[in-house]
This record gives sequence, C-alpha cells and structure tokens, in this order.
Amino acid sequence: MRKLLIVAVALLVVHAALLFAGGRGVTESARPGATDVGIVLDVGGRGDKSFNDGAYAGADSATRILGPNIRFIEPGEGSDREAGLRLLAAEEMDLVIGVGFIFSDDITNLAKEYPAISFACVDYALSVDDKGNVIPPPPNVAALKFREEEGSFLVGALAALVGKSKKVGFVGGMDIPLIHKFEAGYRAGVKHVCPDCTVVAQYAGVTPEAFKNPGKGKELALSQYQSGVNVIFHASGSTGQGVFEAARATRKLAIGVDADQADEAPGFVLTSMVKGVDAAVFDAIQRVQNKTFAGGIYSFGLKEGGVGYIYDEKNKHLIPDDVHARVEQLEQEIIAGRIKVPSTR
Amino acid sequence: MTSQLREKFEEALFPPVVALLIALVCGDLLIMSYGQSPAAVYRMLLEGTWGNAYGFGQVLYKATALTFTGLAVSIGIRAGLFNVGAESQLAAGGFLAAMMGLALSPGVPGVLAVPLCMLAAAAGGGVVGAIPGVLKVKFGAHEVIVTIMLNFVVLALLNWGIANHLNVPETLHTTEIDAGAIPRLEAFIGAFHGSAANLSLLVAIVTAILAWFFLFRSRRGFELRAVGLQPDAAEYGGVSVGGVWFRALTLSGAIAGLGGINYVLGYKHYYEEGFAGGAGYLGIAVALVGRNHPLGVVLAALFFATLSQGGLAIHALVPKQMAEVLQGVVILAVAMSVPEVRRALRQSRRPVAA
Repeated sequence: MRKLLIVAVALLVVHAALLFAGGRGVTESARPGATDVGIVLDVGGRGDKSFNDGAYAGADSATRILGPNIRFIEPGEGSDREAGLRLLAAEEMDLVIGVGFIFSDDITNLAKEYPAISFACVDYALSVDDKGNVIPPPPNVAALKFREEEGSFLVGALAALVGKSKKVGFVGGMDIPLIHKFEAGYRAGVKHVCPDCTVVAQYAGVTPEAFKNPGKGKELALSQYQSGVNVIFHASGSTGQGVFEAARATRKLAIGVDADQADEAPGFVLTSMVKGVDAAVFDAIQRVQNKTFAGGIYSFGLKEGGVGYIYDEKNKHLIPDDVHARVEQLEQEIIAGRIKVPSTR
Repeated sequence: MTSQLREKFEEALFPPVVALLIALVCGDLLIMSYGQSPAAVYRMLLEGTWGNAYGFGQVLYKATALTFTGLAVSIGIRAGLFNVGAESQLAAGGFLAAMMGLALSPGVPGVLAVPLCMLAAAAGGGVVGAIPGVLKVKFGAHEVIVTIMLNFVVLALLNWGIANHLNVPETLHTTEIDAGAIPRLEAFIGAFHGSAANLSLLVAIVTAILAWFFLFRSRRGFELRAVGLQPDAAEYGGVSVGGVWFRALTLSGAIAGLGGINYVLGYKHYYEEGFAGGAGYLGIAVALVGRNHPLGVVLAALFFATLSQGGLAIHALVPKQMAEVLQGVVILAVAMSVPEVRRALRQSRRPVAA
C-alpha cells in the first residue's frame, strides 16, 4: 500500500514539475489584420498526395504570397467534421474551407448560421429537390467543383494513341460515383480516337481502404499489363503506388492522377491528369483577401485550367509530336464545346 | 466502511489513477517536445471539452457511441469471449435503423417510430453478432477470427449498397429518414446549440443500467459470468456453455448495433458510409479501461470522448495525433497497472490477513 502511494505521489510530483516548464504558450505569432483562414481536411489527412495535399499546397503558397493566417484541422471521426468547421467559424475566421465532398451538408448548414463568414468546399456535392432541380449553395458558400472527366478524356486519348495495343487499362480506388467520373471521361477519350479499343476498368475495393492499398493496385495492374494492356490510368490515391511499381516491373506505362506523379516511377509515367485543388484554394483565399469573394458554383475544367495533363521535359520523349498535337486539338475542341464529355458511366 | 468494501474500492480506484498519472507525465513530455507548455495545453483541452456547453455536448455525443460499444465488448469479455466485431455491428445497426426510418411513412408518430428504429438497430447488430455465436457453438470457430473477418464482409457489403444503390447522387449517404428522428439536446437546453448530443444519451444510460442488472442481478447474467470465469466448472454446474456463448455474442452485437441510433437517428438522420469511424474498435479500449463494469464503461467512455474532442481543441498548439498517442498510453498504462497494482495491494495486505 505504502509503495503504491509513493509511486503515485512521485508521479504527481514529476507531473506538477513538468506542468509549468518551458513552452511558448501561445500559437505562432498571428499577424494582426491579416485574413484568417481555417481549413478542415478530409479524414485522409495530409500526405495523401491527392486533394488534401493539394489544398495544403494551395494554402502554403497563399501564405507565402498573400500572407494570411491559416489554421488546419484534421478531423478524426464523422462528427469531428462539423465540430472542426464550427470551431473555426466560432473564432470568426474570414474564410472556412472544407476539403472533400463529405463536408457539403455541414458547410451548407453552417453557412446559414454564420452569414458573415465565407465558406468554400472542394468537390461540393449539389443537392437536388424533389423535382430534380439543383439547389444552389447558400450565398456565402463557394462550391469548388472539378470537371475531372475532361482531363481524363485527354489522358484516355493519349493512352490509346501511345499504347498501340487496342487495349488500355484503368485502376480506380473506391467504387464510387466520384471515381466513375474519371472512368467515364477516360473511356470516352479512348473511344474517341480508337473506336475499336477496349478499356479494362477495375476497382481496388468498395471501402475507403481502397484508396490506400498499393498491394491491390500492383496486383490489378500486373494482371492488366499481362493481358496486353500497355498503358494504365489510375485514380486511386496511394493505391496508385502499386500501379507505378507494376509499370516499373513490366517496363510499361502508367498515368498519374491529381498531381504530377512523374517522380513516382521516372521514365514510366506517361503523364498525369492534374486537378488544380491548390489553385482553387489559392483563388478562394485571394478573393476573400481582395474582398471579391462571391458564393456560387465554381466549376473548374479545361477552360479554366482547373484540370489538365502534364507535358514537360520529363515525359516529352514518351509522347510523339503528332500525338501531342492531336491531344492539344482535342483539348481545344472540348474547350470550344464541340466535344461533350460524359461524366457518368 | 468494511475492510472488504475498502479493498474492492482500492482495487477499482488505484489502477486508473496510477494509469492516468503515467499518461499525464507522458503527455507532459510529448507537449514539451513540441515546445509548448503542458499547463497551457491541458487548460485548452479542458476548456474545449468540459469548459463550454458546445464542447461538453460533443463529449456527451462521442461518449454515447462509446458507451454502447464498450458495453458490447465488456459483456463478451464477461462471458470469456472477445468480440472484435463491434465496428461492423455498430454500422449494421445504424444501417438498419436508417432503412426502418426510410420505410416508415412520415406520419408515424415518434413514440412508435423511434422504438421501431431502435429495434431495427439492435436486430442489425444482433444478427451480425449471432453469426460468430453460431459458428463458435456449432463448429468451434474462434470468435476473434470470425468477428474480425465479419468486419470486412459486413462493412464491404454496406459500402457496396450505399455506393451503388441507396446513396444521394455525389454523396455516400442515404436520404434523410422520414420517421424515427431522436431530438437533440439543443431542443431542450439552448446552450447545447450546434452540438450533436441527443437523447440517445438516455438510451445509453438505461442500457448501462440494464446491463448491470443483467450481469449482477439475474440468473442468466450469473451463468454468463460463470462461463466466463471457468466454462468447464459452469458446464459441470449444469449451465449450457454453448447457449451462453451464443446469447452473449448476440446480445453483445445487439448492444453495439443499438449504438447506431446515436449518429443515424440522433445526429444526421441518414446512414453514411463510415459513420462508425472506429468507435467499435475504441469500444475494446473502453471496456478494458472500464474494467468490464457498466459504471466503469460509462466513465471510460466519457474519458475517451474527452480526449477525442480535446484533440480537436488543442489543434492550434499541438498536432491532433498527440491526443491519439495519449489514448494509446492510457490503454497501455491501464493494461499494465491493473495486474501490477493488484499485486502490490495484495502484498501489502498479506500480513494483516495472516
């Protein structure tokens, strides 16, 4: 008994001693007068090499160029998303950003409660009323949406033209409508330049785990490459690491997603379908800073430079000039509206 | 206080206190490694949780789900069974509650709709819990393996359904339920405005009381504990061990499933992919720290809920992961200190008893 008490008291003394030791106390000096921005990341959090990292990169360059105070929150479970947004709204931030479609409801509700605060939501999901009409977001919400299908269309055309095997591959992460958009655009792009080509499309799974399963990605990619596919487009988060590994192992080509992924498998990445989450986040911060922020639906496609594909020094040698010219031409036709890219399968 | 009661009291109180102190010291060191003052961080953590009505509401909300899953796991452990499937049982319960809420017409009054939805939730979890029960009794399949594997199967099935058939376009949730919504606390106490806490809280407390009554005051509960302590002896004493195992796993699943009402009926009013968010797994830790006693489970649930919500509150000073590390330290400290403290207590008592 006494021994126990001694242990307990000793721990208490150490704790009390440490309690007031050291520490800056408060957060890094917040610049007074600067724009206050709060960002709640999706559950995936930082390091996903996809839209969370994209949002972070956008906020990061905004910090350097525009100088706002930015706070990040990474939620744990479901109710944390709303809690994180509320925490930031209650601190009277100028702009609160939710990264991911999953924030749509919470932001819609919160925006009505805090009309003086600007909100932005990446991949905002529009809801429809009983008659099927789209309900616009509240006036202080910027819905940042991307037309991923347009960029996917271009890399689809590229895959078919470079692959030369009448068979191209697609590896999706979780089997959900958002990823179907990538597949639909990709398919359309392939068929547009090569009507008798087939697209082998496979998904890594039906749970969020499917976005972080490189083993499964490699397995799917290897089987596709062995069946005669020469180019695979992945839209699968870090599952894509396995696709790149398979590309390296079989010396075939893969197409990256969201960001330029050329460095994941140098020499084997044909291109990447990039999604400008960083630019959209930067843009939203800039608008709030310049007091030109307005709610509404912001749709980013090829025309706005919100999506696109990579063509630079690193992958120039993989893409013949005539193919590049053809894809550039397709891009212009989509921008001009002469080609309509489907967004559903 | 009789000496026996005092011993029981000491045995119940010392391990968590020692564990908490160990965790606090580890927390101090972690916080200092970020160059922050522990006092400031702990103050912020308390202010963001118990210090204001919204934060407290969030703690109550999170503790509600953890109470259900903690009770579910502890009833299994009392019967000598380790139910690792609370996560998928919780999800299945929430799913069926939502399906029932969607199936009922909007005109059905709450007094009828809410119990029906609750029943559906318990049934959903109960069925998922009964499967390992049957497999264990009939084929001797180990419940740990079966419940782990069932987690994958059930969650994948639910996600498939929600991603392809039942969702609102562009989202991963169903439409809002027509009937069976449970009111939030903010409807009664304005200060809770915005927090997700709802009257499922009362259901959780009643469930804890019933679980206590069942375990310690009923014949079935006595049989269950007897099987948990020594199955062979219980069998010799005339208890059907297989029957107890089956009932324990089914009941455990049903309680975890009932937890689904917290999110589905009380908070969002729809089933959403991944709403369980690890509450099922954390229930194992809650049961461990709560020493498999309903009262302990409620207290442990409050504690873990505080850490979880506090993690958000201290985000400005230290990374959220710190709260998660602290959680791990508490679990380890409790797991280690329970046998250690018990031994120390016994040693100190021996000369008196002899």
